[in-house]
Amino acid sequence: MSNRRKPIVSTGDRLLGAFGARTVIGIPYVWLLLLFLVPFIIVMKISISESDGIHFKDMFTISDGTLTWNVKWGNYAFLASDALYVKTYLSSLYYAAITTLICLFIGYPFAYFMARSPAAWRPALLMMVMLPFWTSLLLRVFAWKGLLANNGVINDILLGLGIVSEPIKMMNTSFSLVIGMVYAYLPFMILPLYANLVKLDIRLLEAASDLGARPLTAFWKITVPLSKAGIVAGSMLVFIPCVGEFVIPELLGGPSTLMIGRVLWDEFFSNNDWAMASAVAVVMVLLIIIPLAIFNKYQTENAAREKGRA
Amino acid sequence: MADAAQTGNSGNSSILRINKLTKKFGDVAAVDSVSIDIRKGEIFALLGASGCGKSTLLRMLAGFETPTSGAIVLEGEDITRMPPYQRPINMMFQSYALFPHLTVTQNIAFGLERDGMPSDQIDARVNAMLDLTQLKAFAKRKPHQLSGGQQQRVALARSLAKRPRLLLLDEPLGALDKKLREQTQIELVNIISEVGVTCVMVTHDQEEAMTMADRVAVMQSGRFLQVGAPREIYETPQTVYVADFIGNVNLFKGSLTVDEPDYVMIDSPEGKIYVSHGITGTQGMAVQVAIRPEKICLQRTAPTPAERESAREDGYNCVRGIVKNVSYLGSYTTYHVKLDTGMTLKVMNSNDARHDENRLDWDDTVYAWWDGSDVVVLTQ
Ligand SMILES: Nc1ncnc2c1ncn2[C@@H]1O[C@H](COP(=O)(O)OP(=O)(O)OP(=O)(O)O)[C@@H](O)[C@H]1O
Ligand SMILES: [Mg+2]
Repeated sequence: MSNRRKPIVSTGDRLLGAFGARTVIGIPYVWLLLLFLVPFIIVMKISISESDGIHFKDMFTISDGTLTWNVKWGNYAFLASDALYVKTYLSSLYYAAITTLICLFIGYPFAYFMARSPAAWRPALLMMVMLPFWTSLLLRVFAWKGLLANNGVINDILLGLGIVSEPIKMMNTSFSLVIGMVYAYLPFMILPLYANLVKLDIRLLEAASDLGARPLTAFWKITVPLSKAGIVAGSMLVFIPCVGEFVIPELLGGPSTLMIGRVLWDEFFSNNDWAMASAVAVVMVLLIIIPLAIFNKYQTENAAREKGRA
Repeated sequence: MADAAQTGNSGNSSILRINKLTKKFGDVAAVDSVSIDIRKGEIFALLGASGCGKSTLLRMLAGFETPTSGAIVLEGEDITRMPPYQRPINMMFQSYALFPHLTVTQNIAFGLERDGMPSDQIDARVNAMLDLTQLKAFAKRKPHQLSGGQQQRVALARSLAKRPRLLLLDEPLGALDKKLREQTQIELVNIISEVGVTCVMVTHDQEEAMTMADRVAVMQSGRFLQVGAPREIYETPQTVYVADFIGNVNLFKGSLTVDEPDYVMIDSPEGKIYVSHGITGTQGMAVQVAIRPEKICLQRTAPTPAERESAREDGYNCVRGIVKNVSYLGSYTTYHVKLDTGMTLKVMNSNDARHDENRLDWDDTVYAWWDGSDVVVLTQ
């Protein structure tokens, strides 16, 4: 439309530019397509396929000129009807939600004061948040066993001080499970919150104060709403992986802490029921995709707002 | 307490008394023992170069900075240590600081809600503010959906909504472009006077201070150099800094040769200067003489004594030079005249006639002269 002249770029450069841009955008899509969507479709297919015990039947078979449609929804029906599966899903969502909330309550003040600390300190504080990533998650989760076990460090100290007469059972309870998950996922809450809070314009808080808002009111009316994007991002980053978490429930959880990740493992490797395991996985992915969609909506809204402000 | 009552009584029109207010950052005093009485209903402008402490002084009035020493007394009440959220003072921030997540209406209502005002009264007050600032059509928009000028009006409405006893404006028009700024200056003054609120504003734009303020304080290094009505500051600056800061000025350095009660004479390398009023000084003292560019006449021939009767004696208040620069600026033209001593004289003459046959041009030799009453003698 506009007759403004384009900057003069050699044809070679332009080709490379367009090609380069497409590649950069394209690679992740190809990655997602090959390593997420295709496997997911395969898993979905397995979950609804008839099996003769060894092989899965093709979905469509043509014999004698008639098309047969070999689909069974039985696994899903079973999932919905078996109270244990339903309970496990609900309990996974419950533990993920509890973990997210605790991470938020610990992480928000942490991120807040980190963002308010003198600018010279911030890199060091950030470093400390990320420091745990330098060792393996497995190792760190295992270390909690040493702390929480009946003959672990904490019980030893409590017994030694005479505060308790016999060890408190902490290992393999929902307590140890949640502690482990909060511990492992806290940085994923703190980092997006920090990134958000550090951008908050101090003058907005001054303006609120000038208009009669006490510090706590200013916090609720200004800081919290403006850090909504950070809260949502941090919560999603904690909640989503927590729902399907396997390692931490396996190491720290107990018989009563039902988590879908462990059920999935059992179906695949103990029961060898691939179709059932696939059905469990598909439902789990759907459970996760819903919050992800909400997250995405926030992000686009936020991007639109940023754009409007610029 | 007794002290506060006393200061409240003195000067019945004073609303705000600032007494020896000082703010130090480390060893440096950003505001250095400033004392002033702000009168009820006036617009008081703090004017000065960048870093002179204007914002710091204003922020102490708002309560965002704690003074190192001194007192702020508002209508007899000492508010020096009162937190900002309790002060009956509102501020319009430099880049507005509108709440980005709230609509125009919610922004304006924010302060009223904090006071726990019933919601029907809030609505009425917000509507009145929207009317006052002509923002009715934008009530439901978020700040980022508004132009700079509209945002400025929202900020004003928000700061006026609570009927503050004192309104603080920090560079109120700094974010607007020049054309919009001139128009908004008048608009802003009209709104402020309609509401009748006392104002302290900060600006580094001297024209803005002149247009809007009833009184101007020129600041330098945390101190008030001179306080007065814009005209007073412009016509009778007391120091070289003020003369130079406010508008354009030609400064002649010289020494006092005749010091009579009703006139003085000064010798400068550029020529002899006659001043038709007395000054406090002693003979032989070094002084500077300030003449505004628009007070100087330019012509091709030496002025006759009749033309310049007030110069009293021939050879006074008249210098010769060569035009080195002519800038036609529409309603007036500025000339740079190079004198024999090497000094460049700035002259500004209005263009009354459409076709001036006698128009001066580059490299013309001209005589520049001025009236003895248009001169200000500066002793510091
Ligand atoms: N928080 C602070 N810490 C240290 N020094 C400060 C602080 N705030 C201001 N200053 C110093 O105090 C002096 C006055 O600053 P102030 O912001 O009041 O200037 P200003 O007149 O408003 O300037 P401008 O026109 O650039 O806004 C400056 O030298 C500044 O460096
Ligand atoms: Mg400033």
